[in-house]
Formats: sequence, structure tokens, C-alpha cells
Amino acid sequence: MPTHANLTIKGYRRDNGRVGIRNHVIILPVDDISNTACEAVAANIKGTMALPHAYGRLQFGEDLNLFFRTMIGTGANPNVAAVVVIGIEPGWTKKIVDGIAQTGKPVAGFAIEQNGDLKTIMDASRKAKEFVHYATELQREDCPLSDLWISTKCGESDTTTGLGSCPTVGNMYDKLLPTGVYGVFGETSEITGAEHICQARAATKEVGERWYKMWKAYQEDVIEQFKTDDLSDSQPTKGNIEGGLTTIEEKAFGNLEKIGRTSSFIDILEPAETPKSGNGLYYMDTSSAAAECVTLMAAGGYVVHTFPTGQGNIVGNPIVPVIKISANPRTVRTMGEHIDVDVSGILRREMTIDAAGDALIEMIRRTSNGRNTAAEALGHREFVMTKLYRSA
Amino acid sequence: MSIPQLLVHDHVDNVGVVVVEGLKAGTKMLGVVTADNSSFELEAGADVPIGHKVALQDIKAGDTAIKYGQDIGRFVAPVAKGGHVHVHNLKTKRW
Repeated sequence: MPTHANLTIKGYRRDNGRVGIRNHVIILPVDDISNTACEAVAANIKGTMALPHAYGRLQFGEDLNLFFRTMIGTGANPNVAAVVVIGIEPGWTKKIVDGIAQTGKPVAGFAIEQNGDLKTIMDASRKAKEFVHYATELQREDCPLSDLWISTKCGESDTTTGLGSCPTVGNMYDKLLPTGVYGVFGETSEITGAEHICQARAATKEVGERWYKMWKAYQEDVIEQFKTDDLSDSQPTKGNIEGGLTTIEEKAFGNLEKIGRTSSFIDILEPAETPKSGNGLYYMDTSSAAAECVTLMAAGGYVVHTFPTGQGNIVGNPIVPVIKISANPRTVRTMGEHIDVDVSGILRREMTIDAAGDALIEMIRRTSNGRNTAAEALGHREFVMTKLYRSA
Repeated sequence: MSIPQLLVHDHVDNVGVVVVEGLKAGTKMLGVVTADNSSFELEAGADVPIGHKVALQDIKAGDTAIKYGQDIGRFVAPVAKGGHVHVHNLKTKRW
């Protein structure tokens, strides 16, 4: 058994040095009204995937910055081999193309105005076909597992996530972060009640103070503006409550089990921001909604996602494999097709957290080598933009 | 070790989690504290679904619920030792 530092995976080494574990050719709409052309191109050219979404028009300021970070970050993700970008007009299309091109990967943009859907679809399809030939000739090669960027966020949590699946992720991070991987956790509303514990897990006092300011700003700017009793059954959710979670504080302590015992976070990321402080654990300021959060972390450059679930969140992502871990025996029994790593033995005291962490690391390795996750096999490709405020 | 029906994170906690399906009132539960694997016995005061909590001691309205060794909210009704703890008797202190 090699030590964690010596583990390898078969990945795709990109021109910018990053390692991807998937090799997607994506057709990326700049805006809602370009979804149709993108879906037509994806239907024409096998081996491509359109990423339709609802936004990209009349956004401004910080909300627009976040939109561009999400678009460019998605295209730049090492799990993506090449990108066709289609927008209604050439300006914002070019901005996204230029951002993705900095990775050195093939990317081409097409604008619909003065061409129409039909000519755009034909031109973009020809380019997409070229990209498929390019991508399908790329070979997987041996890479250190420590080159992976591994994200986490839990969903449809219950009391078993705090006992089993979240500590499993924490154990994985305790073992892999020292080898050089990048990690990230987030879910700003869901730290509420455990904010003092989270702040104390910052690597330095200065990072902890910035973290608290960020958390407090969400409380003041959003929660205090709009709050209702138990946030209208959204924190905790109806599913959380069915699973036995009663309060946001209880949910928060379970959530924080994902960062393990020995790790501390070295910096705070804006939503969809790429880490710039080297390897280690990061905090990203995200929503606690699964698809939004995973989309933001994927746009930040993370290539594999570990997702503890209690009651059975079924979310996936178009470009990042989402590995589901559950300790709830009822969930494993009733919806086992969604679960990649069954750690229900923890509740029976038949499996230690240490063994569960090893099982997750093994599943990360197998997933990186090409095994499709449950969410990939079932076709879950939730690509959901985070919106900060109403468009102009 | 036998399979426990109840898991408790920390010795200072006053609530624990039922981790088996179909638990009936009157069951003498095997409880385990995960912090050190020590065990104890507690009689279930109600039918409690998997994942839901029970009180580890008699609790008064206004008491603080402790889990993970931390404050997870305020009891709004008394609960007898072994009784079901959930949204009907425990509330957040936040929103």
C-alpha cells in the first residue's frame, strides 16, 4: 500500500500544467438566448455537451463580474479539453473566449447577430467537430494524486452526515491536504451557529478576521433583509428536518465536520474565484444550494467533488464528477443508485472514520482514472449560475 | 460490540441520535459516545425515526441543547429522559 503522497492517477495534463480527470468538449452559451444554438451544435457533433443556463443579459457590476468568472472558469477547468462559445453579440463572447484562451486550450467564439442561428450552428458545428478530433486523441497519463483539486459541499444533510459522511470527507482532507492537493469548502449561510469554530480554523488571525467579516456581511445584507422563521424551511430544509436535523446550529456543526481535525483554511475565495495562494484548503463564499455551489467550485478550477448526503441529494455537474457519500442506511437501501461510497458501517460501529476516509480516497482515485460516478451515469448535469441581484 | 441504536458525539451532550430504523418506545437502547467509544443504556420514551434525536436526561423548557459539545438551540418545552427531541420542542437561537 503506497502512502498517500505516492498515489497516482491517470489524468489529462493540460498546457497550463493543471491535471484534469475528464476530457469534455463543451458548447458554452454566453446568454440565455444562445442556448438553442448551443444545444443544436451539441446534437450535431457527438462527444460534445451544451451547458444551457438562464443568464448573461443585462447583468452589471459585481453580479456581472461573477457571471464572467463562472463562464470563463468553467471553460478553463482542466476537465474541459476545448470550448465553443456562442453568444448573441461578439463583445461579451470575445471576453469569455479570451479568458479561456489563457489556459492554452483550443477555444472559439461565434456570435449570432448578423449571422442568424442557422449559419452560426453550421460554423460552430464545424469547429466543434475539429475539437472532438483533437480531444479524442489526447491520452491519459500518470499524474500524482496530489495534483488534484478536490472540492466539497454536502446536501440533503441529516444527523448521519455529521456522524459519518462529513467526517469521512474530513478524514480524506486530513490525509491528502499534506500531500499537496487543493481543497475548498463553503456554504456561508450554513456555518451559522458554528461561525466561531470556523473562524478558529483559519490558518492565520488575519484570514479568520476576513472570514468573519464575509460571513457577517451575508447575515446583514441578505438574512437580516429577508429573513423569515427558519428561513421558510430553507435552513434547515424540509429534507433536513425529515432526517432529524432541528436547527441551523446543529446543521452547521455537522457541515464543518467536512474539514477534518488537522486542516486549516489558508485563504477566502469570492464565488467562482481561482485560488492564488498555493496548495491547501480554501473557503469559498457560496450559497448552500447544491447545484449553485458545485458550479461555483468547478468554475474555481476544482476537478473532483466529494458530496456527503444524508437524505439523498442527487445533484451532479456537467464537467466535474460528483462523488456521493452516505452513512444513512435507509438512503443507501432506498436510493443506492445515487451513492458511490456507502459509509453506513460507521453508524453500526463496523467501520472507523479512518477506514471510511481511505474508502473515499480510493473512490477519488478510481473516479480520477475514469470511473463514472453515480451522478454521471444517471445524467445529472446541473449547471446553475449564482445571481447576486436583479439584472438591469 | 453489538450494533448501537443511539450515537452521541460528546460526553457533555444532552441529546443523542437514533441510528436504526423502526425504533419503538420502550426499547432499551445501546448508546455509544463516538468521542471514546464508551457505551451506556437508555430506554426510548417514544417511537423515534432514524436520524432523530432523544434526550439523554430530563430537560426543562429554556435549557440549551448540547450536541458536538456545542450549543445547537433552545428547548421550548420540557422533555423527559429518552423522549423525542425535534422541531416540536427545540428551536434555533438564530432565525
